[in-house]
Amino acid sequence: MKPYRLRVLWLLIGFVAVAATIYAMSFFGLKPTRLIEFALLALTPLAFAAVGECINEKSGQINIGIEGIFLISAVAGVFWAEVFESGLLGLLMGGVFGALIGGILGLLNVYGRAEQVIAGMGLNILAIGLFQYLLMAIWAFPGIHIFPRTLVVPRISIPLIGEELAVSPISLAAIAAAFAAYLLLNKTLLGIRLRAAGEKPESVDVAGHSVYRVRIFASMVGGFLAGVGGAFMPLGWFGGLVKEITAGRGFIALAAVVFSGLNPLTALAATFIFGFAEGLAFAVVVTPAVKEAVPFHFIMMLPYIVTVAVLALFPSTRRFPKALGKPYVRE
Amino acid sequence: MLQQNLSRKIRKTLKKLAESMLAVAVGLVGGAALMAVYGYDFVKAYRALFLGAFGDFSGFLETLAFATPLIMTGLTFAIGMRSGLFNIGAEGQMYMGAIGAVFVGGMLNLPPIIHLIFATVFGMLAGAIWSLPAALLKISRGVHEVVSTIMLNWIAFWLVTYLITYHVADPARAERAVPAQETARYLVIGASLTTVFILVIAFSLIAYFLLWRTTLGYELRVVGHNQEAARYAGINISKTMMTSFFLGGLAAGLAGVSQVLGRPPHWTVFATMGNLINIGFEGIGVALVGRNHPIGIIFASIFYGGLLHGGRFMEFEAGVASEIVRAINGIIILALAIPAALDLVKKIFPRKNRGETG
Repeated sequence: MKPYRLRVLWLLIGFVAVAATIYAMSFFGLKPTRLIEFALLALTPLAFAAVGECINEKSGQINIGIEGIFLISAVAGVFWAEVFESGLLGLLMGGVFGALIGGILGLLNVYGRAEQVIAGMGLNILAIGLFQYLLMAIWAFPGIHIFPRTLVVPRISIPLIGEELAVSPISLAAIAAAFAAYLLLNKTLLGIRLRAAGEKPESVDVAGHSVYRVRIFASMVGGFLAGVGGAFMPLGWFGGLVKEITAGRGFIALAAVVFSGLNPLTALAATFIFGFAEGLAFAVVVTPAVKEAVPFHFIMMLPYIVTVAVLALFPSTRRFPKALGKPYVRE
Repeated sequence: MLQQNLSRKIRKTLKKLAESMLAVAVGLVGGAALMAVYGYDFVKAYRALFLGAFGDFSGFLETLAFATPLIMTGLTFAIGMRSGLFNIGAEGQMYMGAIGAVFVGGMLNLPPIIHLIFATVFGMLAGAIWSLPAALLKISRGVHEVVSTIMLNWIAFWLVTYLITYHVADPARAERAVPAQETARYLVIGASLTTVFILVIAFSLIAYFLLWRTTLGYELRVVGHNQEAARYAGINISKTMMTSFFLGGLAAGLAGVSQVLGRPPHWTVFATMGNLINIGFEGIGVALVGRNHPIGIIFASIFYGGLLHGGRFMEFEAGVASEIVRAINGIIILALAIPAALDLVKKIFPRKNRGETG
């Protein structure tokens, strides 16, 4: 069997395992719908960021600063949501700030020929400080900010096998984004140009297009999606800002990208597995029968263990773009 | 011939120094811009910061106390970079080092000097052991260390929080772990600087010797420089990677140890880990400013320790949240990520007497 088909098979087995876990958890008094609701919430920021990073990496760039974009756009999203008194506009502004950061990274990559992994880590560390500085500067309160509940984007009710499932429309948008990204990369002219910029940048140049522009565009799209994902955490999920809000999710999204071999749909599936692990942790922590048996500290480790385990069990078999991480210099 | 080599070496070092200075300047200007946007008086803020950090002797000693763990976490990242690894796991390894020091230093009763040595070694080994899963995953399964080390950081975070809450909590004060006993403490030099600083400097010098004066260090750097060439030369890449992670873990472990056995007045870890969090990540900036060189890292740490210590004066006198120094650190790293930054500046401001060479 081809390695890629094997990977899809493994994913299917993963989903069966997820279904079995849901069934098993129902004996602890945990409703399956609750678990899926948690999983879909956890999936959303991961999926947005992973899909965006797939596009970015296809064009030949690496951004390990997703965690940083999450943090900054979470603050920006909440700030603008309060200004506009609308959670949806806040999400959009989170995306705009993400795109701005992505644009700056793209400029550094293209014109500064930056060492992209170091730049990304710089962004992460910048964001840790900036997040807390902004919380003090804007709301004059250290480390935490709670905003009116009305700003949280309301969830809609979807019927599922006789039960009502409360799903955020933003989660559905994240899933749609994965399909849109798949079409963009594989069925459009722009997608071909994007992939060429990652595989053989000279060919884009020869065809009369700017590698620089393509890459900056990809970095901005990746930043925009990560920004929406970052703003979703306070505005669609937690209802507040704390300094640990991202909790390594930017790197879990990166793990999904590595696993997917840059196919947005596979990345989406991977974020579902990771999101499920996180959702399970959140759900189990509040379940009485489990809460007493296992300290919650160990349950909180679950998403990180699952992420490492998935990467260890399924090492990446697909080839990554040839020019990934390499600055393009015109001759 | 020798003289020519020497002068070339000096010129190279000076160029690196200039690059670091430029990045630091960019970081400080960026910090000033961030303060100006929100209407803070950045002149007053920086004045308070630098006077607090370097203005008097006891302030300087406190700066050195802040620099102590950074020298070690910086070294962790630098050893990784020198061997071609992006080891950002110092954070979690440092947590493990600290909890290891709490276990031996706080829970056991041993004779004075033996207690201190045992607690230090145990903490360092705890840090080193925590770095091994990332090394093994990389070698045997090809899992990239950027993802695995961050996941291990978070697993360590929850593990250590659990241990502090359930197993080593201070019976007198629930919000923290048992403090290190008198027999397991480093001597106080002044302010909150202790003799662990000397150990940290010694560790850096040993690391320097190991990296540049031994075959092991040579192999490590060859792997970092060109993995293909190293493989052709018959260097065992897996072994080198393990060594690199292990050495880095020892350093990060010592960083954690220094916060428990060598940091008055608390001599312990808080359940929130407020006195540990981010020390590992700050080491990345320190290592890059110090150009991944043990000696450079010592000076970079003192500068950054000054920012951390002085940040509190800045917060007190100008009302600026001290966390902005972390943002400044991030901007410095971003500036250092651009290799051509210095050339860019030279192009914009050409030196008239010598033209554009150099």
